[in-house]
Amino acid sequence: MIEQVSRELLLPGNVSLEQLDHFLVETMGPGIDFADLYFQQSMSESWVLEEGIVKDAGYSADRGVGVRSVSGEKTGFSYSGDISALAISQAAQAARSIVRQGQSGSVEALSKVDFKPLYAADNPILALSSEEKLAILQQADSIARDQDSRVKEVTASLSANFEQILVVASDGTLAADIRPLVRVNVSVIAEQNGRRERGSAGAGGRYNLKTLMDKTLAESAAKEAVRQALVNLEAVDAPAGNMPVVLGPGWPGVLLHEAVGHGLEGDFNRKGSSAFSGRMGEQVASSLCTIVDDGTLADRRGSLSVDDEGTPTQNTTLIENGRLVGYMQDKMNARLMKQSVTGNGRRESFAHLPMPRMTNTYMLPGEHAPEELISSVKNGIYAVNFGGGQVDITSGKFVFSASEAYLIENGKVTTPIKGATLIGNGPETMRNVSMVGNDLRLDDGVGVCGKDGQSVPVGVGQPSLKIDELTVGGTGQ
Amino acid sequence: MSQDQNQSQKRFSAANTELSEQMESWQQQLPSCADKVLQLAKQKGATSAELSIGASRGLSVNARMSEVETVEFNQDQSLSLTLYQGQRKGHVSITDLTDPALEQAVDMALAFAEHTAEDPFAGLASAELMAESWQDPELYYPKPFDVDQLVDLSLVCESVGRKDSRITNSDGAGFHIGERTSLYANSHGFQGQLWGTNYSASCVLIAGEGDQMQRDYWYDSQRQWDLLSSPEVIGQKAAERTLMRLNPQKISTRKVPVLFAAEVASGLLSHLMGAISGGSLYRNASFLKDRLGEQLFPEFVSVFEQPHLKGGVASAPYDQEGIATRDNIFVADGVLQQYMLGSYSARKLGLETTANAGGARNLRISSTGESYDQILNKLGTGLLVTELMGQGVNMVTGDYSRGAAGFWVENGVIQYPVHEITIAGNLQDMFSHIVAIGSDVDTRGNTQTGSILIEQMSVAGA
Repeated sequence: MIEQVSRELLLPGNVSLEQLDHFLVETMGPGIDFADLYFQQSMSESWVLEEGIVKDAGYSADRGVGVRSVSGEKTGFSYSGDISALAISQAAQAARSIVRQGQSGSVEALSKVDFKPLYAADNPILALSSEEKLAILQQADSIARDQDSRVKEVTASLSANFEQILVVASDGTLAADIRPLVRVNVSVIAEQNGRRERGSAGAGGRYNLKTLMDKTLAESAAKEAVRQALVNLEAVDAPAGNMPVVLGPGWPGVLLHEAVGHGLEGDFNRKGSSAFSGRMGEQVASSLCTIVDDGTLADRRGSLSVDDEGTPTQNTTLIENGRLVGYMQDKMNARLMKQSVTGNGRRESFAHLPMPRMTNTYMLPGEHAPEELISSVKNGIYAVNFGGGQVDITSGKFVFSASEAYLIENGKVTTPIKGATLIGNGPETMRNVSMVGNDLRLDDGVGVCGKDGQSVPVGVGQPSLKIDELTVGGTGQ
Repeated sequence: MSQDQNQSQKRFSAANTELSEQMESWQQQLPSCADKVLQLAKQKGATSAELSIGASRGLSVNARMSEVETVEFNQDQSLSLTLYQGQRKGHVSITDLTDPALEQAVDMALAFAEHTAEDPFAGLASAELMAESWQDPELYYPKPFDVDQLVDLSLVCESVGRKDSRITNSDGAGFHIGERTSLYANSHGFQGQLWGTNYSASCVLIAGEGDQMQRDYWYDSQRQWDLLSSPEVIGQKAAERTLMRLNPQKISTRKVPVLFAAEVASGLLSHLMGAISGGSLYRNASFLKDRLGEQLFPEFVSVFEQPHLKGGVASAPYDQEGIATRDNIFVADGVLQQYMLGSYSARKLGLETTANAGGARNLRISSTGESYDQILNKLGTGLLVTELMGQGVNMVTGDYSRGAAGFWVENGVIQYPVHEITIAGNLQDMFSHIVAIGSDVDTRGNTQTGSILIEQMSVAGA
C-alpha cells in the first residue's frame, strides 16, 4: 500500500520515499520534540437528482502536505498544496520556528506500521458507470413517489470519496492508508391539506458504489424518507418540560456522541476544560452504561485502519458499567498526559492539525426488550430520529433535535409530535439512564462531526435507552 | 518570551515573505488562468462556462495559559468550474492549477454534462445583466505577517482575560490575519477580481471548577487591522461574559417574553433569508412560500441589504454570476417585498433575479431605536438569551425549538444566569410578534441587527 500511495502522492512532484526522513530532520530543529508530515490526496464525485432529473454532477480533487512541529504543548503548522521538495522545506521551516531553544529531538528510522486494512483499496467512484449512478438516483426518485401520492418533492444525492494518505513522523512512523467512502441521501417533502413536512434518510460506508447499489441503500433511504415525512404530517405540538424519554436504537446514539463522547477527548481533559476532567475511575453514568469508541469495525463510515497519525485504530472502552475508564487520545495529548495512544488522532485534511476525535461511538446492549422500556413509562416521549446535536463540553450541556418522536401515554406509543429539542447535562443524563435495551444498532452511515471548524465522518450507535428525566423543548402543554 | 524565540520567529516571518511574494505573483496570474480555462472550454465544445478562482493566505496564533499554543500558516488556492452543454451541466473543482490539471478539469466537466439531464432553466445569467463597471469596494488593507506581534497580542489578551481569580482556566486567546483574492469569469466575457483582508481576535475563558465550570468568549473581526478591538478589550469582555454565567439556574417551564441579544438575534434574520431564498422556494421547502406582499412583521420592520458599503463585511459590486448588485429591500413596513434570487431560481419561479447569487450582502434590519438598557427595560420580566445551541429549526414549517442559555430579568434588571432550557415557537409567529429591535447593532458579521424582543415564547426547563 505504501508503494502505491507514494507513487500517487510523491512521484508527480519528484519526491521519493527515501527523502522523507530528510524532510523530518528539517522539520525537527532545536527544541522540537516531535514532527510529522501528512500527505493526502482526496477525490470526490457527486450526483444530484431534483424534480425527477439529475441536474448536476461534479468532481473535486485536492492534494497537499501538512507539516507539524511540536514542542511540549506548542505546535507549529504549515501546509502546501504543492508536494515538492521546495514547498516541503519551506513549510518545514515555518512549522519548526515556533521554538528555537533546547535539545534537538531525534528522528527515528522509519518503519512501516503494522495494521489490518478494514476496507477495500479500490477507487469507489470507478466501481459503477455514469449510467448506473444515474439509475440509482432515478430509481430512488420513482420509489419515493410511488410510496404515496402526498410526496411532492424528492431530492436524492449520491457521493463517493477516494482518499489516499501517507504519514511519516519523527517517532519512526511510516503508514499509508487508502480510504473509500460512499453515501446516498434522499429527502422528500410531503403535502396534505396545505401542510408540508420533510422526511430524509441516508446511508453509506467505507466501500465502493457497487456495494452501495447491491445493498439497495438508495431504495431503503427513499422508503424511510417518505415514511418519516408522512408521520410528520400527523404530528402535533411537542410537550414542554421534564419527562421520561425513551430513545430508539441506532442513530439516537448521537446522544452518546454529544453527552459523553466529546467530553472524553484527550485534549479537553489535558486542559481541564471538560465536565469529565479529572474524573477517571469515578462513576459518571448509571451502572447500566458501557460505552466504547471503536474504529475497527469493517466497512463503517466512522472506521479507520490507521488514524491520521499512523496509529492503528482500536476498540477503546470509555465508560465501563458507569465508571469512567478511558479517554480518546492522539499522539500529542497521550504524551502530555502520559497515557497510551488510542488511534483517535484525526484531521479533516492536510490543511488542518490533527486532534483527538471519535470514530464509531456506541453503547453495549443491556437486557431489556425495547417494549419493556416503553411500557414502563406512564407519560413521556419516544424519540427515534434526530437531526443533530451540539455540546458545551465545559458545562456538560448538550442538545439534540428530534426529527421523529411520539408521545408515550400509559405505556403505549401514541401520537407523533413535532421536532422537539432535548437538552440536558451529560454526566447527569447518563446517571438517569434507568433501562437499556437488548437491541443494539449502529447508525446507517451518515454522521459528520464538527470540532474546531474541522469535519470528519463518524458513526454512532446504541440500544434503546430509557432516561428517567430529560428536558423536552416543545410548545405544547 | 526569550530573545532566542524572537529570533526564531523572525526567521518565520522571513519564510513568509518568500511565500507572500509567490502569492502576489500568483494573484496576478488569476485572470490569464481564467482566460485559458474559458478558451479551452470553448475549444472543446462547451456552449457556455463560468468559473471562480480563489487564493488566500493567513496566519493564526493562539496562546493559552501564558504560552504560545499554536502558530498556523495557511495558503490555499482553488478553482471551481461549471460548464454547460446546451441545457446540461457539469462542474469540477480543483486545487492543482497547472496546465494539465486545467485541461483535465474541462474534460471531466464536459463528460459530466453528457450525463446530466436537459434542464430548461440551467445556464449562465443573461448577458445583458452583467456588471460593466464598478467602484472599488475598498476591502483590502494588507499588513505584513508579523508572528511576534500576534504572539504578543495573544498573550496580552489572554492575561487580561485571566486576571480575575475566578477565571480558573482558558481555551486561549488568538489573533488571525488573512487575505484573499477571488475572481469570477464567464463566457459572456465578464471578468472581475476582488481583494480583501480580514483581521480577527478572540478569547475563550473558563470560570468555576468541577461541575460548576462555565465557558464564554468574545471576539472581533474587521477588514482593517487598525479597527480591530484591542487585546485588552477582548480579554476583558470575555472575562466579564464568562463570570456573569457562574452559578446558573434552570427556570421552570412557562411562556415568557424573550429578548435575543444582538449576537444571537442575527440568527433570526438568517432564518428569514433562508426562507425567502429562491432555492428553498422552488423546492417547496420554505414556510414563506407564496407569501409575497404579505404582512410578516409589525409595520416598523424593514430588512434590506447594502452591497456597496465601502469596507463592508460582505460588500461586492457584482454577485456570483457577474450581475451588478444593488440595494435590495426585502421587507418594508413589515411586508415581504421580494424574494432573494439568483438566475436559476428566478427562472424556476418565473421571476427576475435580484442579484443575490451567493446570498445577501451586508444585511440589516431596522431598529426601533432603543439602546440595550432601554430594550432590557422594555423586556421587563422575562428571558434574555445570549447563547443558542443545536439545529432545531425546521425551514419547511417554521417550527423553532433550540437549546438556550442567558439571564432571567425582572423589571429590566438582570437577576441570575439561566441554563439548560429550550425556547420554542414558530418563526412566522415570532416574526409577527417582534416588539422592539435595539440600536445595539452587532456589526461583526454579514447579518447585522440589534437585540430583538419577542412578545412571548415557550420555555422548557425545570
